[in-house]
Amino acid sequence: MSTHTTRRLLAALAVVSTLALTATACGSDASDAGAGGSGPKDVAAALEKGGKVTVWAWEPTLKKVVEDFEKKYPKVDVELVNAGTGDKQYTALQNAIAAGSGAPDVAQVEYYALGQFAIGKSVEDLSSYGAQKYGTTFTNGPWNAVTDDQAIHALPMDSGPMAFFYNKKVFDKHGIEVPTTWDGYVEAARALHKADPKIFITNDTGDAGATTSLIWQAGGRPYKADGTDITIDFNDQGVSRYTATWQKLLDEKLLAPTTSWSDAWYKGLADGSIATLSIGAWMPANLTSGVASASGDWRVAPLPQWTKGDKTSAENGGSSLAVPKAAKNKELAYAFTEFATTGAGASSRVAAGAFPATRADLESKAFLDTDFPYFGGQKANRIFAQSARDVGADWSYLPYQVYANSIFNDTVGKAYVSPTKLSEGLKAWQEASVTYGNEQGFTVNK
Amino acid sequence: MTTSLPTAAPGSTEPVGRTAAASSRAASGTTTSKRRERRLPHTPLHPRPSLPLTLVAGLVLVYTLLPLAWLVINATKDQNGLLDSFGLWFADDTHFWDNIGRTLTYDDGVFVRWLLNTLLYVAAGAGGATVLAVLGGYALATYDFPGRKAVFAVVLGAVAVPGTALAVPTFLMFSNMGLTNTPWAVIIPSLISPFGLYLMWVFAAEAVPTELLEAARIDGSGELRTFFTIALPLLMPGTVTVLLFSMVATWNNYFLPLIMIKDPDWYPLTLGLNAWNAQAQTAGGQAVFDLIITGSLLTIVPIVAVFLLLQRYWQSGLAAGSVKE
Repeated sequence: MSTHTTRRLLAALAVVSTLALTATACGSDASDAGAGGSGPKDVAAALEKGGKVTVWAWEPTLKKVVEDFEKKYPKVDVELVNAGTGDKQYTALQNAIAAGSGAPDVAQVEYYALGQFAIGKSVEDLSSYGAQKYGTTFTNGPWNAVTDDQAIHALPMDSGPMAFFYNKKVFDKHGIEVPTTWDGYVEAARALHKADPKIFITNDTGDAGATTSLIWQAGGRPYKADGTDITIDFNDQGVSRYTATWQKLLDEKLLAPTTSWSDAWYKGLADGSIATLSIGAWMPANLTSGVASASGDWRVAPLPQWTKGDKTSAENGGSSLAVPKAAKNKELAYAFTEFATTGAGASSRVAAGAFPATRADLESKAFLDTDFPYFGGQKANRIFAQSARDVGADWSYLPYQVYANSIFNDTVGKAYVSPTKLSEGLKAWQEASVTYGNEQGFTVNK
Repeated sequence: MTTSLPTAAPGSTEPVGRTAAASSRAASGTTTSKRRERRLPHTPLHPRPSLPLTLVAGLVLVYTLLPLAWLVINATKDQNGLLDSFGLWFADDTHFWDNIGRTLTYDDGVFVRWLLNTLLYVAAGAGGATVLAVLGGYALATYDFPGRKAVFAVVLGAVAVPGTALAVPTFLMFSNMGLTNTPWAVIIPSLISPFGLYLMWVFAAEAVPTELLEAARIDGSGELRTFFTIALPLLMPGTVTVLLFSMVATWNNYFLPLIMIKDPDWYPLTLGLNAWNAQAQTAGGQAVFDLIITGSLLTIVPIVAVFLLLQRYWQSGLAAGSVKE
């Protein structure tokens, strides 16, 4: 009897919370109509008047940008707050928006997570501040990630075109050729592990970001979103190309069971037991500071290709600056966002090691000619810049990718620790994502 | 780990041992040398040494000290040493002082700011909690008033509710009052210590005899004067215990500041070290494992020092309890 009551109570609770959600959705729609209308002029006036801007970001290069901005506009006081990295910050941001107070004026949001704030209408449409003039300022990948047909949800701060980082010393020592295709990659993985069982071609314990990026490069487009109509399909050719290759690596235990970003991972990168990384172009900064002892060992190459002779790449990571609807001083917030992502602000961040999302910086001679002593003097930016041009088009993430990524290890992760096949894991991930999407009021796979 | 220190052997066994020695001396009726004492039959207070139990205690000791040893050893390594050398032994070169210097100066000396914040939270939060617990516990133990049973029930109930469960409701409440992101959001909740109140209550009932208070009243002492000159010294051991507990709790507090404070300028050390740790997981971030380890060592030094200094009072408190009447 008591279980019945509990169940009924839960059901009632579920109904009430759904109603509440719908109500908030309506509410934000209504308030939306009233917003907007401020143009570039207001921004100039706001800068003249001055005030305080709170920025939530974990990007280290913004510190210098804040100083430069305050020097240029002495009446504006910018407070840079590290409110957590990645989903920790998104949770805090969601909470602050829900609580109705404490939200920042500017927030750093990764591209994969921007959809959730855009669809919830919790970030400003920056086209009303004149952001549309930057349509050609940014490279295609990042610009597509922050815009849709209706609105500009944020301005791109950096980007992560993928490249292949490999430990040349390890490859040389065992006389193994650096792979240019993923088939060659599997061969190299076998050869390295055979030469020294302590060496793995790379580490992987199940990483949603890395997996989706490699599927992206393989030509898979599992997510399609048109407003709230969403299709999730992990059955296309690109996905099966990826799973076929990666399944081989898993079956033969050629992947180091080390989680990315852990201290063990840094150790593996330092001692050569993790021999390569296929990762975004922002990685040099982490290698230089975190794995200083391996300086000179590593080199950069274009990503291995799925078809020999091809030239396709993908994005991995990268983030934007968005202005929450709950911001107190939106004009100033936009002014800072604009300063930090375009022009002088962007250049100073690139000089400090960030990877640019702006065409001008990406094509500048100084950038392309930068020597990387860490990579034995290699002009690595040329490889990254080429990768940025080769990024496969038309990729999109889910509007609730943050949630989907959070359940990646419950579904796909099984393929890493049990006989479950990678394709089955992806299927389970798809099903869980579809169910969640429909529960949240999206129309998924219908 | 630090909390296990006071309950471990040195504080409690020594006085008992002394009492045992005293009682056995009394029993034999002679002033005996230590050698003769050994030959006395084993009593419950002076048990036969047990090899398996000693081994278990030794294992627990190693288990307790190993993380500490690891911390000290690794605080001497720089980033390269951490990645290249064996975890439980020293690297080729020592960077201990250099590490401490860099920890204190990294990012414009933000570590020092976090240390001062933590001290503020501990002084105001734990200090305040102790004052409130002593006042409340004394009042509940010595005065009879209607509703005392109800207070007792509420306090007991409050002891059972973990602070973590209250954190989110507290956050919403403080958010409504506009106090989040300020030191008050950490200090005010830290002032409430149901466990401390309960402990002081029980201790005061034992340690302050009603007869003594009555005698004081008859001699014309006012209630305040009685409290300060007679009760407070008697309550000292209990007060120190409550102070220690609330200091450790506030010093190590992580979850409450985590949800309350977003501004790094008001972080306590626990949050600050975690923020440094997160840097290694950030694209373009700087991995500072060496500073995190040195910072952690610096973080536990004050709390260990407090324990060693206050342990004396604590021991005497337990001894006072053990020989009472």
